[in-house]
Parts: sequence; structure tokens; C-alpha cells
Amino acid sequence: MAKRIGMEVSIAAAEAVKQADVDVVAAYPITPQTHIVEKLSEFAADGQLDGEYVTVESEHSAMSVCIGSQASGARTFTSTSSQGLALMSELVPIVSALRLPLVMLLVNRSLSGPLSIWNDHSDVMSIRDSGCIQLFVKNGQEVYDHVFIGYRIAEKENVLLPVIINMDGFILSHTFEPVEIMTPDELKGYLPPYQPKYTLHPDHPLTMGAYATPALYTEAKKAHDEVLKASYPSILEAWNSWGKRTGRHYRPVEELFCQDADTIIVSMGSLSETAAEAVKLMRDQGEKVGLLELRLWRPFPFEEFSRAAAGAQRLIVMDRAVSSGGPGGPVASEIRSALYGINNPPRVDSYIIGLGGRNVTIQDFVEMVEKTEAESALSPVTGSTYEIFGAREHH
Amino acid sequence: MSDANVYAVKTLTSKEYFAPGHRACSGCGQAVAVRMVQKALGRNIVMASATGCMEVVSSPFPQSSWEVPWIHVAFENAAAVASGIEAGLKAQRRKGKIDGRKITVVAMAGDGGTADIGLQALSGALERGHDFLYVCYDNEAYMNTGVQRSSATPFGAVTTTSPAGRVNSGQLTWKKNMMRITAAHDIPYAATASPSHPLDLVEKVKKGMETEGPAYLHVLSPCPPGWGIAAEDSIQLARLAVETGIFPLYEIDKGKHRITMNLEKLVPVKQYLKKQGRFRRLSPEMMEEIQERVCKEWQELREKAEQIDPSAGADEALSKEQEGETEAAKIFRVKAGAPV
Ligand SMILES: Cc1ncc(C[n+]2csc(CCOP(=O)(O)OP(=O)(O)O)c2C)c(N)n1
Ligand code: SF4
Repeated sequence: MAKRIGMEVSIAAAEAVKQADVDVVAAYPITPQTHIVEKLSEFAADGQLDGEYVTVESEHSAMSVCIGSQASGARTFTSTSSQGLALMSELVPIVSALRLPLVMLLVNRSLSGPLSIWNDHSDVMSIRDSGCIQLFVKNGQEVYDHVFIGYRIAEKENVLLPVIINMDGFILSHTFEPVEIMTPDELKGYLPPYQPKYTLHPDHPLTMGAYATPALYTEAKKAHDEVLKASYPSILEAWNSWGKRTGRHYRPVEELFCQDADTIIVSMGSLSETAAEAVKLMRDQGEKVGLLELRLWRPFPFEEFSRAAAGAQRLIVMDRAVSSGGPGGPVASEIRSALYGINNPPRVDSYIIGLGGRNVTIQDFVEMVEKTEAESALSPVTGSTYEIFGAREHH
Repeated sequence: MSDANVYAVKTLTSKEYFAPGHRACSGCGQAVAVRMVQKALGRNIVMASATGCMEVVSSPFPQSSWEVPWIHVAFENAAAVASGIEAGLKAQRRKGKIDGRKITVVAMAGDGGTADIGLQALSGALERGHDFLYVCYDNEAYMNTGVQRSSATPFGAVTTTSPAGRVNSGQLTWKKNMMRITAAHDIPYAATASPSHPLDLVEKVKKGMETEGPAYLHVLSPCPPGWGIAAEDSIQLARLAVETGIFPLYEIDKGKHRITMNLEKLVPVKQYLKKQGRFRRLSPEMMEEIQERVCKEWQELREKAEQIDPSAGADEALSKEQEGETEAAKIFRVKAGAPV
């Protein structure tokens, strides 16, 4: 029987990597990812992780080692945060274009500057268009589960794309939570041994990473885009079969009281847990408020999202990154375009909150809902471009 | 001399692993060197290549010149990609996912991909002790992007970013010494090689392959458009680089220096420099400075090479007239396995 054990979420993550029979880990320490890689080195040193732990000298090399290792046919894992992701970001579109099914835990942290070790989503937004499957989790159990789910999705023959699992730094990575650790028997069969079709091996020489002339680059990009979009059913399949096995069901968008809601809060990651509390509180007070948690970020679940959001008059979208000088937070802009052209689209308000570890409270959600409802009474159609919520005015 | 070289090359396998049809310029010394290195490596290998001339000339999708497994990822990370391949194969071997045979992992990069942007990844891979061979093809500038200077560009050489200006002319700094840098990592094997000395090169590739742990090979690779030389002169220039002492052939085997091509007398550097367009702006003073430095470094190298075989002293001085003869003699001696 699976055991529920109280543990730090980072340790649960490392536990999952160990259980997923990973062959190679290459990572470079950065706060708040450190506890994951420290635990993995410990497992490797104790012989519990049956694989190579490559102690690289940078995140650029971490991803390069991962690419080499995956290309040789080894199941490979890495994890980073913020500046580490920025340093390896040259290689993120390459690992996906090479169609290598790596799994990466991105422990979200703000990008410098100013330097901040605390949590927001500015790191992941910088690789939004890298062609990787990207999803968000909100608690320790989801982190643990998604390591297995991630490899199952990534390694499907019709997918073969990296999966990036976003988990919030500190708020999630450093908290203690009860996590159900599966037994080998319970895991059996969910993640079959990785049997890649194309590898670097002298028995079947092949060239990887050839360059494309203008005659072919567009086609390569289109093929990549299509495969990312076509991964959607495989993602659902991986979630469904996990759900059957564990009773823990995941969807591209998770809904709470959305059906009859006038106002829907949209959020990603661990913020959704606070948002859920706020929504329940407002429901108790008779407000028709709902919560839409976006779990799948790439490929963007347009259909599911529009279906879930269509009935509302207002969407309040939480962004934890600024798209400076742009049309709104990255998530809000995406949602505005997702809803463009549908009949009676809801008004979309973009709030940028929780930057650089700024705490977001239940009361903040209540305020944002009240403010949006008041504003939309004056103008039901257009939302404000965006507001950086809770920023103190400087004098 | 030419006969000897033809003979030397013919002792290699006729199998091409770097297949003809690649798009290197005619006379490309790097392509010649790669071809020889690949012949020495054989087929039981996996290659990781940096961005640069050799990558570009060999892999326009859907064509490839590579008859061996080969991957290109980016400019600065060939050593790290090779580290990953090595770790991946090792883990899979141990877990019984692939058979137990040893596969040689090889990284290749230009001097830019090695001495500049790739230095950190290389240092990391050497320090971690991966079992792989790293080959730097040194054409002394960033050729792929149009002859910009690198830290391996020699003093005085004109490139597009060390141009012949009114105030400054050519490269103002001295060539970075990658052999010293790699050797400082205490790796088991490091060597220089030149396509003008194929058997010496092949021997070193083989040693690099057999080495357990990291091995480093630094191969001089003349580039006709970048150096301002005629296509047919590139191998001759490589030879002159060796014989002037500008690019001595030696190895550092478990910390021991050994000169593999001893020179009793150095050919004056002028003979090498004056043949190249990139040095046309050298003043006599700069030429003198180069000569002094080469002599000093050669002397230092000789002192480090404690175990120069006494028979090497039998080599005739490389006076211009005798050059061909002694060279041929040396090639045969290398082949016979005797120290030179
Ligand atoms: C990060 C990055 N910076 C710059 C470049 C552009 N670039 C590609 S190859 C190259 C020079 C290659 O020089 P070298 O390594 O000496 O090899 P060569 O082409 O001379 O054989 C440069 C600057 C790049 N591809 N990636
Ligand atoms: S530019 Fe130089 S190094 Fe590059 S292919 Fe041409 S000759 Fe070779």
C-alpha cells in the first residue's frame, strides 16, 4: 500500500526521480532547487539511484549533458530555477527540436534584477515558446505524481518532447506536506522502460542536429509545432491512466464553481490553493465566483479553457510575471486571444501579483474581485490592459 | 617528401568516415585533418560537434557527411554534450540496457569553440574526468563567421576584428596556450598534431582513444581564405608551422612531456609568416619579437621534455636543402614505432 508520509516537497520530488529509474541526472545548484539535487546526489552516493549523477559546472552544461545523455538513449533528469534557466535557455528550444524526452523540474523563482531568490513565474515565461510541454503543479503530491506522468508523456513515440514541470519555489519546494509515496508494485507498468528508437550508437550511425537552410527551417518549425499540439491526447491519456491507478485525477484546466460563476479567477501553480480558499469564502457570502486553474500551459488547452470560461461575465487573470510594455501579463494576453471571436466573450482583467515572493492573501483575491466587479459595472466589455496589484506608490 | 606523405596517408584505412561531398573550401586543412582523425578513430565511436566550419560544411539537412553517429547541439558545449553521451552510455551499460562494449566518445570543436566560448564546458568535462577524447581543430580564428580573431589567433595576424588599422595592426595578444591549460587539469593525455604529419597524428588519436579518462588533442588546421594562402599550400604551411617551432609536435603523457618531432634547428619563422596574407602587415620588429618568443618557448618545451630520446639527436638540422629528406626519414621512423 502506498504510504502517506510527511516530507519536504523537494524530497518527494527526488524520491520520484529515483523511483522513475532515471539513468542520468545532470544539474547545477541554485536556490530554491537545491534540496532536490542535494537529495539526488545523496541517493546516487548511497547507490539508491541506479544512474550517473553528473556534477556539471553550469546550467548551460547541465542541459548540454542532458541532451547528450538523452541522445545516447538514457532516461535523463534535470532541475533548475531562474538564473539557471536563463543560462541554459539557449539549449531549451534545441532539446525540444531534437525531440528528446527529458523531464525537468523548474522550481520557479524570479529573474534578476534586482536579484531575488523568491518565487514568481518570470523564469518560465522566458521559455514559453521553446516547444516543450509545460505544466504547473500546486502541491507536493502533484509534484511527485508528475515526475512519472512527465516521463510517460515525454517518451510516447508520437510525442518525444521534453516535459517541464513548474513548481513554485519555497512556497511549494520547501514546505512539508503529506505525500503518498507509491510502492514499486503500484508503479509497475505505468512507466515502461525507456526504449528510444533513435539513439547515438555505432550500430546504427545517424546524424542529429543538422542545420536547416531557408528551404527547410519553416517546415521543421511547423512539424515541431504540430507535434506539440498533437501531444494533447497523450497528455490526457497519461493523466487518465494515472487517475485510474491512484485515484488522483488531473485535467488541463481544473474548475472550482465555474459552472454558474459570473466572475472566474484564473491562476496557475500554488497560488491556486489560496485562490480556492478565497473563492470558497466568497461563495459562502453568496458571490458567484469560480476558480479556473490552468494546469497545462503548453500546449495551451484552448478548447477546454473556452468551454470552462465561456459562461462567465468576467475573468480575473493572475500573472506572476510582467511582460513589460506589452498587452498584459503573459497568461492574460494568451487568454484574451483564446477568447477572441467567441460570442459574448467575458471581460478579461489582467492582474500581476506575487512578484519576487510577495505574499498573496485571500483578502487580495477578494479585493481584486470587488474591484473588477465595480469597474465592469461601468464598462462591461474591455478590461484594463493590466495592473501590477498591490505595488506601493513611490513618492 | 611527397612520396613519403602519399605512403603515409595510404597506410590508413581506405574507408571514409567523413565522407567526400562536404562543403569545405578547397585546400581546407581542417577538413584534411578531420578526415585523418576519423580514419584513426574508426567506426566504434560517437561524436559531438560544436558549431563551426566543420559542422556547417558537413550537415546541411537532409545531407550529412558523417558515417558515424554524430550530434551537433551548439557552439560552446561540445565537451558537455560529450560528457552526457559518455555518462548516458556508461549508465546504460551498467544497467544492461546496451551491450558492454567500449564506445569511444569524441568531441570536436574549433579554436573558438574550445579556447574561448567553450573553455568552461571543456574545463568542467576535463575536471570531472569523463572518458572521452576532445579534438580542437585550430585554424586560429573564427572562420565560420568570417575570420574574426579568437584567443588562439597568433600575435600580429590580421583578422576582421583585429584589422590592419592605422594605430594598431593585427592581433595584439599572444596565442592562448591550450596545451598548458588542459594539462593543468592533470588529464592523462594531451597532444598537439598536424595534418602535415599524418602518422604522428594517427598515433596520437589512437593514444587518446586508449587513454582512460579525458584526452585532449590540439590539431593545427590551416585555412586558405582565413590565412591568406593558396589552397595547395595549406599542408606545406602546417609543416612549416611545425618546423619553425611555432607549432611544435609533442605530447604530455601522464604529466611527461615528449617532443614527437624533434627539431635540431628551427626554420626561421619568417619563412612561415611571409607566405601568409594575414601577416603581411608585420613590421620587422614584430617578426623579431615572434622569433624570440618561439625560440624561448621551444627551449622551455625541450627542458620540460626530460625524456627526449638520444637518437633524436641524430636527426639532421633542418636546413632548407635537407628539409624533404629528413622529413621523410622521420615519417618512416614514426611508422616503425621508434621515438623521434
Ligand atoms: C553562442 C553563440 N555565439 C556565436 C555564434 C556564432 N558563431 C558560430 S561559429 C562561430 C565561430 C567558430 O569559430 P571556431 O570555433 O574557431 O571554428 P571554425 O569555424 O573556425 O572552424 C561563431 C562566432 C554561435 N553560433 N553561438
Ligand atoms: S573557411 Fe577555412 S576552415 Fe572553414 S571550411 Fe574554409 S578553409 Fe576550412
